[in-house]
Amino acid sequence: MIDSGLLERHNLTADEYALIVDLIGREPNLTELGIFSVMWSEHCGYKSSKVHLKKLPTRGPRVIQGPGENAGVLDIGGGLAVVFKIESHNHPSYIEPYQGAATGVGGILRDIFTMGARPVAVMDSLRFGPLDNPANRSIMEGVVSGIAGYGNAFGVPTVGGETAFHPCYALNPLVNVFCLGLAEKDGIFYAKAGRPGNAVLYVGARTGRDGIHGATMASAEFGNDIEHKRPNVQVGDPFKEKLLLEACLEVMSRNLIVGIQDMGAAGLTCSTTEIAAKSGLGIGIDLDRVPQREAGMTPYEIMLSESQERMLIVAEPDKVEAVRDVFAKWDLEAPVIGKVEAGGRLKVRDHGEEVIDIPVDAVVNLCPVYRRPAKAPSPETRKAQRMIPKRPPLKNFGEALLTLLSSPALADKSWIFRQYDHMVQTNTVFPPGADAAVIRIKGSRRALAMTLDGNAFHAFQDPKTGGRAAVAEACRNLACVGARPIGVTNCLNFGNPEKPEIMWQFEQVVKGMAEACRAFGIPVTGGNVSFYNDTEGASVHPTPVVGVVGLIEDVRKIVRPGFEKPGDVVVLLGANANEPGAAAYLRILHGLDGGRPPRMNLKTEKAVQDLCLDTAEAGWLRSAHDISEGGLAVSLAECCLLGSRGRGCDVQLQDRLPEDVLLFGETHSRIVVTVKKENLGRLKKAARKAGVPVTAIGRVGGKTLIIRHLGSELLRIEVEDIRKHWSRAIPDLFRIS
Amino acid sequence: MRFGVVVFPGSNCDADTFHALNGVLGCDTVYLWHKDHDLQGVDCVVLPGGFSYGDYLRSGAIARFSPLMQEVKRFARKGGFVLGICNGFQILLELGLLPGAMLRNKNLKFICQHVHIRVENAGTVFTRRAAEGQVLRIPIAHFDGNYYAPPAVYRRLEGNGQIVFRYCDDSGQTDEAANVNGSLAGIAGVINAEGNVLGMMPHPERAVESLLGSTDGRFVFQSLIDSPAGRGRTTRRPS
Repeated sequence: MIDSGLLERHNLTADEYALIVDLIGREPNLTELGIFSVMWSEHCGYKSSKVHLKKLPTRGPRVIQGPGENAGVLDIGGGLAVVFKIESHNHPSYIEPYQGAATGVGGILRDIFTMGARPVAVMDSLRFGPLDNPANRSIMEGVVSGIAGYGNAFGVPTVGGETAFHPCYALNPLVNVFCLGLAEKDGIFYAKAGRPGNAVLYVGARTGRDGIHGATMASAEFGNDIEHKRPNVQVGDPFKEKLLLEACLEVMSRNLIVGIQDMGAAGLTCSTTEIAAKSGLGIGIDLDRVPQREAGMTPYEIMLSESQERMLIVAEPDKVEAVRDVFAKWDLEAPVIGKVEAGGRLKVRDHGEEVIDIPVDAVVNLCPVYRRPAKAPSPETRKAQRMIPKRPPLKNFGEALLTLLSSPALADKSWIFRQYDHMVQTNTVFPPGADAAVIRIKGSRRALAMTLDGNAFHAFQDPKTGGRAAVAEACRNLACVGARPIGVTNCLNFGNPEKPEIMWQFEQVVKGMAEACRAFGIPVTGGNVSFYNDTEGASVHPTPVVGVVGLIEDVRKIVRPGFEKPGDVVVLLGANANEPGAAAYLRILHGLDGGRPPRMNLKTEKAVQDLCLDTAEAGWLRSAHDISEGGLAVSLAECCLLGSRGRGCDVQLQDRLPEDVLLFGETHSRIVVTVKKENLGRLKKAARKAGVPVTAIGRVGGKTLIIRHLGSELLRIEVEDIRKHWSRAIPDLFRIS
Repeated sequence: MRFGVVVFPGSNCDADTFHALNGVLGCDTVYLWHKDHDLQGVDCVVLPGGFSYGDYLRSGAIARFSPLMQEVKRFARKGGFVLGICNGFQILLELGLLPGAMLRNKNLKFICQHVHIRVENAGTVFTRRAAEGQVLRIPIAHFDGNYYAPPAVYRRLEGNGQIVFRYCDDSGQTDEAANVNGSLAGIAGVINAEGNVLGMMPHPERAVESLLGSTDGRFVFQSLIDSPAGRGRTTRRPS
């Protein structure tokens, strides 16, 4: 009997239940209720976000597939396409960091190869609580090993990402995983059922009791009872996934299948109903034929299990044997579990008895959509958020810089990426740590660049500016390596959308992102929304993570971030400004969280990026590195550290600005480049034409970073001294003593 | 010289090795499937990196039972060249073609980075293009690369010149800091007493193109290609 307690446990409201009864014309049984519960969850149904996501631009000449499939697809020319997407695995990663993160990687890999693409790169965007707390270190250690454990064994390089820290993530870490695959433009596969009579095959791992109701779990706040949720987290087997990849790509390249859908969130339920609904057909399956890991599983458990490394395939009856042969070659099971039917219903039999009979359209397409109330913070709060924080003067700028570079947020992240095989597949041009990751495309001169970005501190103070800046900064990262952006995916991590102030943050961030995407002329091809990032009533900062993919026509023209040649001129593209708000130095040096974040003028930003790209393509830039978290001083220090020889520089600044803001403020639309002396004139001329302010601020040389301001020396530090602080900070926190 | 790259379930450097040998160095190269018995007339069998059989139980422990590996064992006993890279090295240890065993890295973490290795024996068929004491920059990527052998075995390896590579710094110094994974005496690669089977943890196939940061891996492959067995055969450009 379905009562209110049961509905509550399934995260369904009374109204939603009434709608289900209305749609299927009777009371659902328990298994059917479970199916609606996952498919209508926030995670699968996007019921709170859909109305807002419509504002994002999704069209463009390169778009082969926009939002709505497992991943977006863009035409990159030469008969090739890129397939990419980002997904969150936040809740599981808190409950069980290793498996949570590992299966996050597994899930996004399947999203990519379901479409017929071979995954060629992974990146991660991670958020943890401060590392001085051992509990947070333990979560980070587990998450990083989980990503490594899965990606390394599968054989996909983890080529980049970002990591940030704040107390708001202590009980709700964020683990967002991005994957990009390469495919033949004409070899993209979709969730298609073809026609009635086609066979439905189940391939890959067996179904167990793990992960039941994972999607529902990801759609509710956590209390302090997470221990009980541990069985909701799936367990990953990267070896099986690697076999599944090779077998799937083989049946695809031999044109043996009609359609394919991975079993991710909501497993068998989601894959069967979606594959049927997308073709306007029905599907009938027999649970006795589903390979099971344990005996005595109920239909409810089999239909809702989120066991990993499984796929649903539709093939014409005369191709079934050939498909099964390929899977047998890779030691995988591939039983036929049912067939495509006319009539638009999901019919599930168990031991000959019909246990489910519901319309697929209702399950997949008729999930209620909400325009949830949004409420801006009070004018007083808004005003307070915009206040320039009062801060004590800095006495020693050199020490301040070293403190910043030894904080985990800005320190060297090689402790993390050394654990990832970032070179397998032999395409990785840069190790992680540059502005963007670059992988070459074998058999061509071209390369792909990609980056993940999202400054939650800016977004918390001003969500719309934060949304714009996330897109703009990601594009700026690409410009620094010489890549033109072609498409965007995003992962939007927010608190409980039923709270009006959270909904307001969401609405504003999406508005800002939409504006920026339009300004840069890049389509959003898909993404993921993760709501309910609240634990014990506290929400995470609004954290939009933007993944942008860019194209480099000639890989020989890529630009690297580090200073290389003594005598090169250091040039600032863009202008410094008095914008200290929401900067990392306020948090790290002064413990201040507030302040209006730097403005984001999209026209200025685009002009600066275009100048960087044009001069990179002309071959004038010897290096380029953007200015973001930590400001100009941190950026200059990184240019010294990232060069192959640890070159220093001597920089003179003339701006009439407070020294701390000049050094550490995070004003947007700025890039530090170096050019040969002979090219300075050309660069200046191009800048004048583009209306971009540029200033020659110093020279590369020596082994010391020197920054002067209006005649007085602000700091002077040996590059190797900086390197010690920067490179030891994170390993020292994890040292086994 | 004709190369055969073995594909086990879970191999993931097979395509990289094929690309290095065929696409970059222009060698006649074929894939060898683990379930087959046919070595297709190759002169050198390469066991590539990866996680054969998921590295479940123990790295390389299951792969050694593959049908093809029984042929590889016979091939090696008859003097055929066998190169085991990373997981391939682990499989050679499990197969008993090389002495010793692998432990977890000393920091108990997977390590992926460029390292320096010193050529300890430039007289082998895998290293004759390099000079004794030459420092090569080649990446590693492994969890279980901490080589161990009992003292008596170590003395024999040392005495016979079977230690082919040692981890070192960029100037060729071998010390605790340069010994990245904690291997016994910094060992990065060993060869069998007969000199036809080499196992190494670094990935030479990742270091054959300057775009990717190093071309020092070519010393290993070029040594093989230029060996008397290799010179007698024609190489073929990739089609």
